[in-house]
Amino acid sequence: MSVVEWVASACFLLGCALTLVAAIGILRFPDLLARMHAGTKPQVLGLVLSMTGLGLSIGSSQVAWKLILVIVFQFMTAPVSAHMVGRAGYRTGKVREDLLEVDELTEDLERAKADETPG
Amino acid sequence: MAERVRLWTRWPMIVWLAATWVLLWGDLTLANVLAGLVLGALVMVLLPMPRVGFDGRPWLPGIVVLVVRFFVDVIMASVQVAKKALAFGQHPRAAVIRVRLRSHSDLLLTITAQLCSLVPGSIIVEAHRLSGTLYVHVFDVDDAGGIDGARAHALEIERRVIYALATDEEIAEAGLPPRRRLLRRRSQEVSA
Repeated sequence: MSVVEWVASACFLLGCALTLVAAIGILRFPDLLARMHAGTKPQVLGLVLSMTGLGLSIGSSQVAWKLILVIVFQFMTAPVSAHMVGRAGYRTGKVREDLLEVDELTEDLERAKADETPG
Repeated sequence: MAERVRLWTRWPMIVWLAATWVLLWGDLTLANVLAGLVLGALVMVLLPMPRVGFDGRPWLPGIVVLVVRFFVDVIMASVQVAKKALAFGQHPRAAVIRVRLRSHSDLLLTITAQLCSLVPGSIIVEAHRLSGTLYVHVFDVDDAGGIDGARAHALEIERRVIYALATDEEIAEAGLPPRRRLLRRRSQEVSA
């Protein structure tokens, strides 16, 4: 095996391991918001490493550009989707208050609601 | 009647769409570039989007610091979450905190929020545009150095974004030292 193949293999293994860990995290974490952490961080890096491995092992610049696009769009969309899921969960009461040390968003939302209803 | 889209003021968006088109085809030919530009212009006319209104001033050293620190942070974040996912025992204590940002630009708010979601320990749950407030879910309060540590971390990311992209006036408005002084301080540290 050449050096490039070794590096590509290492990228694949690490990337897949991180994706697996993300899946385990989603299974094990106690509530929605903690699960979103697993869905954004190890998952994104896992994808980046897998794409790097793929680019190295194929070694064609035509494909490499597409893989870079995949990574760019993952970086742009993962936080947005995590935010939307978290926000929706928050507003529909899917967040476990007992796991939160401090919850300043609920404080502010309740204050805003109190301001809206007169009296 | 809808506001007419002035194509020549939207050239960065068209260039980006054309670049995406060329990247998807994978090779840089004149035909691809032209087709990308035409399609980009067509998209801008048929699907007009509101202007984000970027009037900042990109600053290369700031951007380099932002990008390098960001990649380090992404790796740290993955390691941290991976450790927690595999660890036995108690789940970490979490929190939702309010972070009032110093800048008032929509774009800086968006970029800060995006980056915060990808770096260790934080996810944006809610963003309030008018007051420039982010509500951040902190994954592990103890790891982040307490509530104040987590808040300081989010503000530090915003500081990097501001130095990378904001105008000098916005930096002054945010109450940060100007870029020139930042450079001088760094060179003093190096020489000392």
